This record gives sequence, C-alpha cells and structure tokens, in this order.
Amino acid sequence: MAITVDRKPLTFWEKLYLPAIIGGIKVTTKHAWNTLIKGKVVTMEYPEQKWTVPDHYRGAPYLVKDQEGHTKCVSCQLCEFVCPPKAIRITPPGDTGAKADRTNAEKMPAEFEINMLRCIYCGFCQEVCPEEAIFLQKDYSLVGTSRAEMIYNKEKLLSLGGEVGGIQKWKNKLEEAKAQENFPVKL
Amino acid sequence: MDWNFIIFSLVKLAIIVGVVQGLVAYSVLAERKISAWIQDRVGPNRCAPPFAKYIPVLGPLLTRWGMFQPLADGLKFMFKEDFTPAGVKKIYFFLAPAVAVIPAMLTVAVIPFGSVMGNQKMVLADLNVGILYTFGIVSMGVYGIVLAGYAANSKYPMFGGIRSSAQMISYEISMGMSVIPVLLIVGNLNLSHIIGWQATNGWMVLYSPISFIIFMVASFAETNRTPFDLPEAETELVGGYHTEYGSMKFALFFLAEYSNMVSSSAMMVTLFFGGWTLPFWGLDHPANSIGMGIAHILVFMAKMLFFMVVFIWVRWMFPRFRYDQLMDLGWRRFLPLALVNILITALWLWMRS
Ligand code: SF4
Ligand code: SF4
Repeated sequence: MAITVDRKPLTFWEKLYLPAIIGGIKVTTKHAWNTLIKGKVVTMEYPEQKWTVPDHYRGAPYLVKDQEGHTKCVSCQLCEFVCPPKAIRITPPGDTGAKADRTNAEKMPAEFEINMLRCIYCGFCQEVCPEEAIFLQKDYSLVGTSRAEMIYNKEKLLSLGGEVGGIQKWKNKLEEAKAQENFPVKL
Repeated sequence: MDWNFIIFSLVKLAIIVGVVQGLVAYSVLAERKISAWIQDRVGPNRCAPPFAKYIPVLGPLLTRWGMFQPLADGLKFMFKEDFTPAGVKKIYFFLAPAVAVIPAMLTVAVIPFGSVMGNQKMVLADLNVGILYTFGIVSMGVYGIVLAGYAANSKYPMFGGIRSSAQMISYEISMGMSVIPVLLIVGNLNLSHIIGWQATNGWMVLYSPISFIIFMVASFAETNRTPFDLPEAETELVGGYHTEYGSMKFALFFLAEYSNMVSSSAMMVTLFFGGWTLPFWGLDHPANSIGMGIAHILVFMAKMLFFMVVFIWVRWMFPRFRYDQLMDLGWRRFLPLALVNILITALWLWMRS
C-alpha cells in the first residue's frame, strides 16, 4: 500500500528562505570559528601526529624470540599452510640444516619469508601457531621501494618482532586444566 | 593612430588578465580552505616547492596556508594527458571550453577597477553602454556550457547543458530587470558614471536593496554556484556538462566559472557598493596622485574579495535547489518582484521630479 507522507506547506516566513539562510550562516560561522579560533579540527596530520593503535590491532605479522633470544618458531609450517593468500614461505632445515637454537625444539626454519604485499593481516598464522612464535604486531605503514623489498626474511622478521617472555601456551594450558579440575562435575 | 592609447591599453589588458587569472587560482585555494574550516578540517597545507623550507618562518607559514597549492593545481592540469573520448563531436568538443572561457574573461573589460592613475583611466573600455555590454557577453557564457553538454555525446552532460540553458536564460531576465531601477536612478549606462553618482549620493544598495538581492541571487545562478549548481550537480549528473572533459580543457571550464565569479563580484561592487569609492578619507573623488590611485584599486579589490568570500561561503551553506524550485524562484518570485521594483522606483522618481 502506498503511504502518503503529509508535507506541511511552507509558511510565508519559510518561503522567504530567511530562516534557512540564517540557520546556514549560524552553523557555518560556528564551525569556522571553532576550527580557526579554537583550533578544534578533526583532521589528524598523519606523519606528524600518529594514531594510538588499539591493543587488539592486527598489524604486520612478525616472528618473535623467547626471553633468551632464541627463535621460537619450530618450522612446523602450519602457518604457511593456513595462510589464505599464501604470503608465507618457509624453507625447512632438512636433514643437514642447523638444529634448533633452543631446548624443547627439534628444528627451526632455515628461511622464513612473509610477503607483506600479499599478507591480508587476517591473523590466522598467529592463531594456528603451536609455539606462539608469530604475532600480528602494531605496524601498519610498511614502506618499500620495490616488491623484493617488501618480502621480509627471517632475520628481518625476528628483529622486528622482538621478544615475548615465556611460552604462554603452557600457562594457559595449566589454567585450563585447573579450571577443569575445579569444575563441579555433576554425577 | 594613437600609439599612447594602444600601449597603455595593452599594459592594462596584460595586468587585468594576469590579476584575474591570479584571483581565479587563489579563489580555488580560498574555496578549499574555507570549505575546510566550515567542515572542521585544515585544508591544503603540504604542497610546497623544495626551496620553500629554506626560507625561515615565511616558507613554512606559506606552506601551511597552502599558498603554493594553486601552482601545483595548475601544473597538474597542464601535464595531464589531454584525452578525447571516442564518440564526441570533435569540433564542438574543442570549441566549447573556449566559448565558455572567452565571455567570462571579456566581461571584466568594462569594469572600472580604480579611478585614474597619472592620466590613465583605470578601466579597459569606458563604454557608454557598459551594462548592456556586460549582459550581452554574460548571456554568451551559456553557449559554452550547452555546447559542452552537446559535444560530449553522452546523456549526463546533455542533461547538464539543458538544465543550464534553462536556468541561465530564466535568471538572466531577473538579473536584467533587477538593474533597471539602478539605471533609472542614475540615468546612465556607463559604469564609471554609476560609480560617480554613488560617490556623491551614497551607495546604490541603500536606494535599491531589492535590486541588489535579486542581482546577487541571479548572479549565483549565472555562475552556476550552489545553491543553483544544477548543471554540474555531481550527485545527479556525474559531473554535469564537463563530465567528459579532462586536463586543460576541464581547467578552462573551471577558469570560466571562477572568472564569472570574479566579474559578478566586480559588477555587484560597481553597481551597488560604490565601486572604488569609500565615503571617507577623501577616497570618493578621482585620484590626483599615484598613491590615491593605488588606494582606489585596493578599495575595489577589498570589496570584490568580500563578495568572492560570500560566493564561496554560500556554497558550503546551502544544499542545491530542486529543478522546479529553481524555476519557481526565478519566474514566479524574482521576475514579479523585479517588475514591481521597477514600477516603484519609477513612481518614486516621478513623484520627486
Ligand atoms: S596474517 Fe594472514 S595473510 Fe598475513 S601472513 Fe598471517 S596468515 Fe598469512
Ligand atoms: S611460525 Fe609457528 S606455525 Fe609458523 S612454522 Fe613457525 S612454529 Fe609453525
């Protein structure tokens, strides 16, 4: 059914467009005054002023080291497998390659490359990693002058990633286990 | 042949064209800055040639104000590829920008932008029929737009062209009618005489405020500025009559629009706000020294810039009129009002005499 919207005919005063003109002048001068005199602008002048990145932000994925500066990644290649745009390429050490530089691990990648031009910052790699070795960090403005430069290798990723103390995984597991023990099981 | 006249005219011509072009360039900047302020933004503040940062204080300040932006805009237009879309009517397509820009530049010729300097009158052509000339030229401006709309051979520019022809013709009538009271009061078509009359009797806007209002609204419509920018309504017509244009040809339409703004402001100042005169500091009679001559030009420029700012300001104040509202306003409100205005002025003059 068609709905008819009642439109009130304009009064004589409104037909002169004067209220609209006065209103327009008021609004525009108020805003111009606020920006010019009070300096209230909404523009963020980007390279000088930077945005505070929220904690849950998903920026560029980097590899992290443990508290002793050892590589946490064990070259399981799960992230390579899960990465939707295939941005990650891992070269495993093979039989002859270097052994892991930390205890509790068998191997570490010989090479680990992330193509930052392909990465879509989905966070799957962080989610899938069993060793908590890769994290999406807060970098959002990655700049390079060539495509090759935008493929970050293991060394670069590790140096950009920094350290993450302890392996949280075991702590989380412990808490989970405790929570299960305390769980009031109904029989 | 009077060589003196030719040389001085050429010099004045060069200066006027230069000043108008400069005004156009910087009114684009003003447009961007004022719109930014009204919308809580900062506007262009980055663009600068590499040497600007070595000038202490002034360099960064000018950059901050965007003073180099018009240069960059100009360069951008010049170096863009001059693309001709397939299917356009070539001759008209090339002709239209010229037809739009030439009348826009021509109107400035009759406007007295100052009194005298030395023994030169500060007007390019001191015509006896100054106002008639202006209206004649201004009404030619519509052809550029209609031609552009037709030449583009595509429907949205066509709509733009059609709308502008209807709009401009309607408002030209109100505009022409609105200045008749002015002419009745002064009794002369020469713009210099109109200014002279205002210098002795006070500004015309006090005698005929309705004329001024109609003239101002009509000049908004004539220059295709909001709230009457129907020919280039982006939201409805993509880009209006210049949709298919790019690079320098598009820039010429831009130039035409802003030159029209300059000449409309100049006309308003001349007809209603006393031109280069000010009622105090002895600025109301033709200058007898170079300094006073310059002061007159500055007064004129200041008044004109005020109206330019009004033009720009209004653009960020109002939404666009609907087409029928536009026609209604032109034919059913302003035209009768202008006619009544003429009648009343005539009666008033008749009673006084
Ligand atoms: S964030 Fe997503 S796209 Fe980027 S590397 Fe990780 S899995 Fe691949
Ligand atoms: S980063 Fe994590 S998921 Fe990827 S290979 Fe290394 S350990 Fe495996």
